[in-house]
Amino acid sequence: MNNPSEAIDQGRRGFMRSAAGVATVTLAPGVLLHTLANAASPGPTAGEPRAVQVTDQVRYGMLIDTTKCAEGCTACVSACDRENGLDLQTMPEGADPALWDRQEARWIRKVKVQDNLTGKVTNLPLMCQHCEHPPCVDVCPTGASFKRADGIVMVDRHLCIGCRYCMMACPYKARSFIHTNVEVKLTLAPRGKGCVESCNLCVHRRDNGQASTACADACAAAGHGAILFGDLKDPASPLSQALAKLPSRQLRENLALNTGVRYAGV
Amino acid sequence: MATALVTGGRVILGLAGALLALAVQAGGSNFVIPGSQAAKEQRCVEPTDFMRRNHMEVIKHQRDATVHDGIRSTKHSLAGCIACHVAQGPSGHPVPVNDDRQFCGACHEFAAVRLNCFDCHATVPAGGPLGPGGGAAPAPGVAPGTPLPPGHPQTTVR
Ligand code: HEC
Ligand code: HEC
Ligand code: HEC
Repeated sequence: MNNPSEAIDQGRRGFMRSAAGVATVTLAPGVLLHTLANAASPGPTAGEPRAVQVTDQVRYGMLIDTTKCAEGCTACVSACDRENGLDLQTMPEGADPALWDRQEARWIRKVKVQDNLTGKVTNLPLMCQHCEHPPCVDVCPTGASFKRADGIVMVDRHLCIGCRYCMMACPYKARSFIHTNVEVKLTLAPRGKGCVESCNLCVHRRDNGQASTACADACAAAGHGAILFGDLKDPASPLSQALAKLPSRQLRENLALNTGVRYAGV
Repeated sequence: MATALVTGGRVILGLAGALLALAVQAGGSNFVIPGSQAAKEQRCVEPTDFMRRNHMEVIKHQRDATVHDGIRSTKHSLAGCIACHVAQGPSGHPVPVNDDRQFCGACHEFAAVRLNCFDCHATVPAGGPLGPGGGAAPAPGVAPGTPLPPGHPQTTVR
C-alpha cells in the first residue's frame, strides 16, 4: 500500500465487529457456546451434510501454480461447468453466437497473458478470488452479494435483483449474469434468468465435508496439479504449507482486497 | 391502523386455510400423488396439518439457513420436498412437481398461488444432491444415483 489514505480502515471494522460481538454475548450467550463448540470441529465430517452453522474458524482459498497450468488445457473449466450445471445452458433461438459466447455464464476462464518485453507467456485459470474485502459485496444494494463466514463470496439469488453493480465492481470479471430462461438444471445448482452468479468454491462440497473442488480435482486428474484447494487459516493444511514455501501473489494486489486465491509464477 | 390491517390479513388467510382444509376433506383424498415416495411414507417432515398451512415458512427458513449458514442436514430442504413428492410418469421418468396436476402444482393451482421458485430450482431430482462429481451420501429421501436431466453431457457421454 503506497498511499496510506487509501488503506482500508481496519481499526474501525474491528471496532464494529467487537461491538457486535459484545452484543451477541450479552443477548444470546448460546451463540458464544455454539462457536466454542464448533471450534473443535470446524467442518462437517466427510460425506455428512453440515449440521452446524459455518464459522470463521476456516477460510477457504486456493493456490494456483501457473508454471504447471498447461496451455490449451481446459480441464478445470469443463469440470466446473459439469459440476455446477453450467453445461446445461442453451443458446436462445436466433441469438447471435458471438454475443452468446460472451454472455454464457462461466465461473472459470482460462486466461493467457504475455509479457511484451520478455515474451514470457503465462496461462492461468481466473475465477472469483474470494476477497476478504470484496468490492462486489460493498456495492450490492440488496445484500445479495455476501461473504460467508468461511470466506466464500457468493450471491444469495433469492435477494439478487439483477442490477449487475457487482459485475462492474469486480476487478477480475469473475461474475456472470443469466440472460435467458434456463430449462434444465441440477438440484444442487438452481439457476434462472435475471440473477448474477460466480464461483462459490463448490459450496455444496464444502457443506458435505469433501476435500476439494471440481476444478482442483480435474486439474490433478489431468496430471497438472496446478490448483491446490484448502484452508488458509490452518497452518498445517497442504495449502498453507505450499503458500509458505512458494512465492505467490494476489492478482491486482494494489487493490488490497486480500484475495483467497493466490497465484504462483506470475 | 397497522394492527387492523394485519388482523384483516389474518382473517382472510385463515379463511383461505379453512376453505383449503374443507376442500381437502371433502375430496376425501389429499394432494399426495400415487406412485411418489410420499405415497409410500406415513408422514411428512412435519405433521400434515402444519405442513398444509406453514410449508412456505418452513422452506423459507431452510433457504436462509442453507444459503447463508451452510446447513444442509435438515429435513426441510426444498430438494427433499421434491425428491419425496415427485411422481413417476408412465415412461418411468419423474414428472415435474409444479405441473398443474402434480403435487406442488395442483394445490397451488387450486389455491391460486404462483411461485417463481421453479424458475431456478429443479422440478425433478436431477443429478443428486451432490451433483455429478460429488457422489457422497445422498440427502434423506433422495435416491442414490438419481438420473441426470436428459441432455446432460454425463448422461450421453458415459
Ligand atoms: C434466481 C434463482 C432462484 C430462485 C428464483 C429461487 N431460488 Fe432458492 N436457491 C437458489 C440457489 C442458487 C440456491 C443455492 C443452492 C445451493 O447452494 O445448494 C438456492 C437454495 C435454496 C434452498 C436451500 C437448498 C434446498 O434445496 O433446500 C431453499 C430451501 C430454497 N432455495 C428455496 C427457494 C424458494 C422457496 C424459492 C421461491 C420462493 C426459491 N428458492 C427461488 C436460486 C433460486
Ligand atoms: C420423506 C418424504 C417426504 C418429504 C421429504 C416431504 N414430504 Fe410432504 N408429505 C409426505 C407424506 C407421506 C404426506 C402425506 C401425509 C398424510 O397423508 O397425512 C405429505 C404431505 C404434505 C402436504 C399436505 C398435502 C395435502 O394433501 O394436504 C404438504 C403441503 C407437504 N407434504 C409439503 C411438503 C414440503 C413443502 C416438503 C419439503 C419441506 C415436504 N412435504 C417434504 C412426505 C414427505
Ligand atoms: C395442500 C396444498 C398445497 C400443497 C400440496 C403445496 N402448497 Fe405451497 N402453498 C399453498 C398455499 C395455500 C400457499 C399460499 C399461502 C399464503 O399465501 O399464505 C402456498 C404457498 C407456497 C409458497 C410461498 C409462496 C410465496 O411467494 O410466498 C411456497 C414457497 C410453496 N407454497 C412451496 C410449495 C412446494 C415446494 C410444494 C411442493 C413440495 C408445495 N408448496 C405444495 C398450498 C400448497
